[in-house]
Amino acid sequence: MFQAILFYTFAAVLIGAAMGVIFSRNPVHAVMFLVLAFFQSSLLWLLAEAEFLAIVLILVYVGAVMVLFLFVVMMIDINVERVQGGLVRYAPLGLVIAGLMVVELVQLIWARSRFEVATGGFAATPEGYSNTEALGAILYTEHVYAFEIAAVILLLAIVAAISLTMRKREGLKVQNITSQVAARAKDRVRVVKMEAEKRQ
Amino acid sequence: MGSLIPQFALDLWNGLPVELQTVVTHVFKIVIVLLPLILAVAFSTYFERKIIGYMQRRIGPNRVGPLGLGQPFADVIKLLIKEVVIPTRSNRFLFLIAPLLSLIPAFATWAVIPLNDTFVIADINAGLLYVLALTSLGVYGVILAGWATNSKYAFLGAMRSAAQIVAYEIAMGFALVGVLMAGGSLNLGDIVRAQEGGITSWFWLPLLPLFVVYFISGVAETNRAPFDVAEGESEIVAGFHVEYSGVAFALFFLAEYANMLLISALTSIFFLGGWASPFEGLTFLGDGSFLREPSLMWLCLKIAFFMFVFFWLRATFPRYRYDQIMRLGWKVFIPVTLVWIAVEALMAWLQVGPWAA
Amino acid sequence: MTISDFLPAAPEISLLCSICAVLLIDLFISDEKRVVTFWLALVALLLNIWVVVVSAPPDPTTIFDGSYIYDPLSQVLKVAATAVVALGFFYARDYLRQVGMLKGEFFVLGLFGLLGIMIMISAGSLLTMYLGLETLSLALYALVAFDRESPQAAESAMKYFVLGAIASGALLYGISWIYGVTGSLKFAEISQSIAVRPELNDVPLWFGMAFLVVGIAFKFGAVPFHMWLPDVYQGARSPVTLYIASAPKLAALALILRVLVDGLEGLHGVWQGMVMVIAVLSLVIGNVVAIAQSNIKRMLGYSAIAHVGFILLAVFAGSEAGYAASLFYTLTYVIMAAGAFGMVLLLSRQGFEAEAIADFKGLNARSPWFALMMLFFMFGMAGVPPWVGFFAKLNVINVVLDAGFPGLAILMVLASVVGAYYYLRVVWYMYFERAEDKSVFQAGRDTRALLSLNGLAVLALGIAPGWLLALCLAVIG
Repeated sequence: MFQAILFYTFAAVLIGAAMGVIFSRNPVHAVMFLVLAFFQSSLLWLLAEAEFLAIVLILVYVGAVMVLFLFVVMMIDINVERVQGGLVRYAPLGLVIAGLMVVELVQLIWARSRFEVATGGFAATPEGYSNTEALGAILYTEHVYAFEIAAVILLLAIVAAISLTMRKREGLKVQNITSQVAARAKDRVRVVKMEAEKRQ
Repeated sequence: MGSLIPQFALDLWNGLPVELQTVVTHVFKIVIVLLPLILAVAFSTYFERKIIGYMQRRIGPNRVGPLGLGQPFADVIKLLIKEVVIPTRSNRFLFLIAPLLSLIPAFATWAVIPLNDTFVIADINAGLLYVLALTSLGVYGVILAGWATNSKYAFLGAMRSAAQIVAYEIAMGFALVGVLMAGGSLNLGDIVRAQEGGITSWFWLPLLPLFVVYFISGVAETNRAPFDVAEGESEIVAGFHVEYSGVAFALFFLAEYANMLLISALTSIFFLGGWASPFEGLTFLGDGSFLREPSLMWLCLKIAFFMFVFFWLRATFPRYRYDQIMRLGWKVFIPVTLVWIAVEALMAWLQVGPWAA
Repeated sequence: MTISDFLPAAPEISLLCSICAVLLIDLFISDEKRVVTFWLALVALLLNIWVVVVSAPPDPTTIFDGSYIYDPLSQVLKVAATAVVALGFFYARDYLRQVGMLKGEFFVLGLFGLLGIMIMISAGSLLTMYLGLETLSLALYALVAFDRESPQAAESAMKYFVLGAIASGALLYGISWIYGVTGSLKFAEISQSIAVRPELNDVPLWFGMAFLVVGIAFKFGAVPFHMWLPDVYQGARSPVTLYIASAPKLAALALILRVLVDGLEGLHGVWQGMVMVIAVLSLVIGNVVAIAQSNIKRMLGYSAIAHVGFILLAVFAGSEAGYAASLFYTLTYVIMAAGAFGMVLLLSRQGFEAEAIADFKGLNARSPWFALMMLFFMFGMAGVPPWVGFFAKLNVINVVLDAGFPGLAILMVLASVVGAYYYLRVVWYMYFERAEDKSVFQAGRDTRALLSLNGLAVLALGIAPGWLLALCLAVIG
C-alpha cells in the first residue's frame, strides 16, 4: 500500500516533469525539469531495490551529463518563439508516433501477460543481497565482452573528439605551463655577493 | 534507561504506529546530526578568521562576546535582517532556489556518514555511491545562481566553477575507486572497519597519492582558496554570488562551510580511519584509557584537523590561474589516480598492505 | 573461465592492442616521419590477418556466453575486411601526403573502424552487434569530418551523424522489442524461442523486426534510407570514401546474415517482403539516378545503392545458395569498389580532386595501363563477362529464379543493362575523349603495383570464379 502510494506519486511527478521539459518556454527550465525527471525515475528504481542503477542515474546523468547540457544551453541564445512554433507544427506527427508507441507497448504487455503470470509487485530481494555486487558480477562474467567493447567505444570517442578539435594554429600565443612549473629561482634571479663599500 | 524515561512516555511511544515511530526516530537522528553541524559551520567561520588572523600576525575577531566567540551569531543576525535584493531581469525562481540547491546536498550527504561504530542515520549498502552522487549535485546551485543573476560576473564565475567541479569530480571519483578497492565495500562503516589495526593500517599510507589527490580535489570542489577562481574577487568581484545578499548569501556561505566539513569528514573516513584512535597500539596508556578507544571524539578531531588545513591553505597560497587549475585536474590528478589504481591492483595481487591475507 | 577460453576472440583482442600501440607510438613521431604510422598500421593489419588465420579453432565455437561467435564465415569476412582496409590505407597514403593530411589519426580511426567491423562479424547477440556497429559508425563519422577545413566534409559528416544516430535509435528500439518478446538478446536463443513457441510469431515481434530491418537498410544505404550515402560519398575526402565504400559493406552483410538469418530465420516469411521492397527500390533508384551524376564519387555512391539491391535480393531468396551468393557478391563488389576509388585517388593530387567523371577524359592517352585498370573495374561493376561482376550478378539472378521469382530476375537484368550505361560512359571518356589534364601521377611504385594487382584480380576472379564460389558455399553451409 505504502509502496503503491509512493510509486504513483513519483510516477505522477515524473510525467509532470517530462511534460515540463517539452512545454517550458525557457530552455534552462526545460533542463531543470529533465533533472527532476531523472530524479523521479531514480526514485522509482530505488523502490524496485535497484539502488545501484538509481544512484548511478543521478551520478552520471544529473551529476555530469545534465551539467554539461546546462552549460551549453546557458551559452547559446535560443530563440524561444521559433522553438515554440516548431512544437505546434510538429505536434500532430509527435502525437501519432506517441500513439503508435503506446498501442504497441500495450500490445507487448498484453502479449507477455498471455504467456506469463504476473508476480505482483517488485520481486523481494533476499537478505544481504547487494544490487551493486550482483550487477558487477554479471558485468564481469556474462557481459564482459560487451562491457569491454563499450570501453573501446569510449576510447574511440576520445580519439575522434581530439582528432577533430585539436589543431595547432600558427602564431597562437600560449603559455607552456610545464616550463613555467619547471622554472627555478636560480634560473631567473642571480644573487650577486658584493663587498660593501667602505665607509668614507 | 527505563528509570530515566517515565513509564507513561514509554507507553505513549509504544502506542504509536510503527511507521510513525520510524519517522520520529529518524527525524530525531537527523536533528542530532544537523544541529551540531550547523553550529560547527558557524564556529568554523570564527575559527577561520582567528586562525588566518594569527597566521598574519593579527588578532582576528575579538569584539563580540568573550574572545570574540559571539561573532558568528552577530554575523548571522546581521545577514538575517538584511534585505534580499533580487536583481531586475534576473530569473526570480531560480535565483532564490539556487542557494538551497547548493546547501541541501551538503547536508543530505551526512545521512550516510558513520559517526562511530554504531551511529549512522542511514546504513545503506551503496553509501559511497550516494556520497559521489550527492557531491556531484552541488554544482547546480553555483551554475544556476550564476545564470539566474543575469550578470556577466556571476555568469563567468558559474562557468569557471562548473568546469572546475566537473574536472575535479573525476579525480575524486577515481580516488574513491581506490578506496573502494582497498575497503572492499561501498558502505562507509565497512570502509572504516576495514582500516582497523592502528595508524599504519589506515588507508592514508597504502593509498597516499589518492589521499593527497582526494583532499586537494576536495578543496577545489568546494571552491576554496587556492582554487577559488569562481569567486575570484580580484577579477570577477565575487563570482556566482555577486548579487546575493542577506539570507540568500548566508545560505551560500553556509553551503560552502558545510561542504568543507563534509570533505573533511569524508577524508577522515576514507583515509584516516574515521572514528578509530591513532593511539590504539600504545599499551603504556593503560588498558581502559579513552585515548586508545575508538570514539566520536577522534572523528571530530580529524575533521577539525582538515578544517585547519583548509584555513592554512587559504592563508598560505596565492590563487591558482585558471588554466593551471585545469591542468592540475586533468593532466596531473587524473593520471596519478589511474596509475595508483593499477598499483593497487598489483598490491592486491601480491597481497601486501590492506590485502595481506 | 581461463585465458585459453578467450582464444577464439584473439583477433579482436590483438587488434585492440595493436591500435593502442599505434596510437601511442604515433605520439612520438614527428610530422615529417608520419608515414611511419602508415607502416605501423599496415603491420597491425598483416598481424591481424595472421592472428585470424592462426587462432581459428577447429570447429565453430561461441564464447562469452554466446555473445561471440567464431565460424568459418566470420573468418572469411574478417580476412577480407582486413585486406580491403589495408588496400585502402595504401591507396590513401600518397594522396594524404600530397594534400598534407597524413595524420596518425586517420589510420587509428580506420583501425578502430575495422575493429568495429570484426566485432559485428563475430557478434553472437544483438547487444554485441549494436556495440560493434556503434564502434564502426563512430569511427566513420570522425573520418568523414576528418578534413576540417572543408565545409562539404563537415556538412556530410553532420548529415551522416544525425541520420546514423536515428538509425541506431531505430535499431536499438527494435532490439528492445525483440528482447521484450523473446526474453533474450542472443541470436541462438532468439531463434530457438521462436521455434519452440510459435505463438510468439506475432505483431509485437514483427514490429521489432521491422525496426531492425530499417536499421540494417540504413547501414547498408538501401532505398528509402539511402539519402546519406551519395552526400557522404561526395562530401568526404576520397580516401575516406574509399574506406566507407569498401569494408563496412562486409560488416553490413554480417549484420543482415546474423540478425535476419541466424536470429530471425523463423520470421523469414515476414521479413522477406520487406527486404524485397527495399532491394527492388534500391536496384531501380540506384541505377537510374546514377545516370544523371557528373561527379564520379556520387555516381559510385548511387551505384553502391544499386549493388546493395543485388546483395539484398540474394539474401531475400532465403536459401543457402542465396546467402552464399550474397557473400560472393559482397566480397567481389568490395574489391571492385576499392579499386575504383583507388583510381580516383590516383588521379587526384595537391589542389586537384579528380571528382568529376570528366576528369577521366583521355586517361588512355596519359596512361594506357591505368585506363585499362579502370576499364576492368568499370566492366566488373557493370557485370560484363568475363569480369567477376558478371558471375556475381549471375549467381544472384540464379538463386532468385530458383526461389521462384522470375519477374524479379527480369528486373535485375534490366537494371544491370541500365547500370552498364553509366559505367561505360566512364570508359568512353577514357578512350574516346581528349585529355584536359596532362599531369603525371604522383603515387608511389608500390601503390601502383597494388592497384594493378587489384585490377587484375577483378579479371582473374572473373575467369576463374569457381574456388571463391565454392569457398562461399562452404562457409555458409
